[in-house]
Amino acid sequence: MSWEVVIGLEVHCQINTRTKAFCGCSTRFGAEPNTQTCPVCLGMPGQLPVLNTVAVDKSILTGLAIGAKINLESRFDRKNYFYPDLPKGYQISQFAVPIVEGGHIDIPGKDGEKRIGVTRIHMEEDAGKSMHEGLEAVSHIDLNRSGVPLMEIVSEPDMRSADEAIAYLKQLHQLVRFLEVSGADMEKGQFRCDANVSVRRPGEPLGTRTELKNMNSFRFIKQAIDYEVMRQIEVIEDGGKVVQESRLWDSVKNESRSMRSKEEAHDYRYFPEPDLPPLRVSQEDVDAIRAGMPELPGQLRRRFETEFGLSPYDADVLSQTRELASWYESLVAAHPADPKRCANWMANELLGRLKEAGKEIENSPVSAESLAGLLDRIADNTISGKIAKDVLDAMMESGASADAIIEERGLKQVSDSGAIDAIIREVMAANPEQVEGYRGGKDKLMGFFVGQVMKASRGQANPGVVNQRLKELLKG
Amino acid sequence: MDIDVNKVAMLARIRLTDDEAAELGPQLSGILGYIETLSEVDTEGVAATAHPHDAAMPLRANVVTNTNRRDELQASAPQTESGLYVVPKVIE
Repeated sequence: MSWEVVIGLEVHCQINTRTKAFCGCSTRFGAEPNTQTCPVCLGMPGQLPVLNTVAVDKSILTGLAIGAKINLESRFDRKNYFYPDLPKGYQISQFAVPIVEGGHIDIPGKDGEKRIGVTRIHMEEDAGKSMHEGLEAVSHIDLNRSGVPLMEIVSEPDMRSADEAIAYLKQLHQLVRFLEVSGADMEKGQFRCDANVSVRRPGEPLGTRTELKNMNSFRFIKQAIDYEVMRQIEVIEDGGKVVQESRLWDSVKNESRSMRSKEEAHDYRYFPEPDLPPLRVSQEDVDAIRAGMPELPGQLRRRFETEFGLSPYDADVLSQTRELASWYESLVAAHPADPKRCANWMANELLGRLKEAGKEIENSPVSAESLAGLLDRIADNTISGKIAKDVLDAMMESGASADAIIEERGLKQVSDSGAIDAIIREVMAANPEQVEGYRGGKDKLMGFFVGQVMKASRGQANPGVVNQRLKELLKG
Repeated sequence: MDIDVNKVAMLARIRLTDDEAAELGPQLSGILGYIETLSEVDTEGVAATAHPHDAAMPLRANVVTNTNRRDELQASAPQTESGLYVVPKVIE
């Protein structure tokens, strides 16, 4: 009998604000340790938190984008536990009444889209950073991250495989970047995931779950979930019982281990945060945020398919980020004749070269207008697509325009039949056997002649004219 | 109402002697019993009080107002090194 896997995810996503959730300290990444702290985020006695307005707006925007209900009154609570990177001894979070409830994220699946429910999004503050490596009897603490605002996005247990979990995370990751509510840089810990995993026989009630903590790479999350599913099935099939516990993925050993020692700390004793009155937002504020919502990735993808006739694949690639999408739209505006050619050249040629150069589209040395200039020269047969790739290489190097490079290197396509006839005659003279063969009925030799002529012209002969003239002259 | 005073002490990181636990346990249970009388009040149709002050939360602008005061702020820390707080090892 088969097993069914049940997965729910909790994502901690850093809200990209200039300042922390409850104080005026900078959130800039990579600063010298403990240089971005103050009495509030250090938990000094007598300090009072004041919530950052942008953290509120961005949480609401995220809620609206997933079709959730925005609670016009929400509250903050204290989550109590002891750890040296949590100076106050509690984390300010939203427990009883979060700012966002409900909503959903649709993921691509084998049979069309699958809807994954979102339970809630609540605001909370991050803890500091503990360092243990290379230290004997001590740990080191950097509190620059203490108090940085987070959204915790909690899903329903709607996913049935590690692949669905990854698909959900990728959609969510793309969404928060599109909305510009989070940098979501996983290497910087701005988008971290806990996974609740259980297995059951289909139709039975939910099995006991374990929680995989604090993973920040799509690859590790998939490995950790797959490992945990296998582990649980083995435990049950061997007659054992899954123990509810937190587990930590070890990406070096490719296995998870129990965090038993932390179990007792799970009694968080939530209670209302007395330092913060309820958070009230007006329906007008919510409506204004909704009015400013950008086009979402799914809408953009569908529009690229219908308006520009792009393949689902190209539409997906070019709607991955807002920057990519707006760059593509600038390119089409500058080369409106052929949106598909724009998509091909951007997705296949430009992005490939940028990736090799380790650059993002925002700092592409070739602008959208400049690439359009190159596409214009393909469209009017000044150069072939093959030569255009070399020209693009040169444009990436020097930043010069396509026209300047074509002119300087003498790359103009030769369409003049007189010049092409001369080359064809040379090729025929050098290959008398093939000429005889062709005339004797070996039509396939046409490809050989086209290749030779193109080679002799260093790729500059217009292939259409070459074909036409070859047929004529080979008749004899 | 009985209370596991040793568990509460452990969660609060307070070390109790057996004598203290024996004394404090009944005291805390007594306090909880006293609070229990509140549950006798009929609160049907009364909204829960989130906060004693009926004020909405003021919000802070997203503007950096704090400068680096590390030296001053770390002056009260028992031990620091290269700008980091030094604490007893915490990893398991």
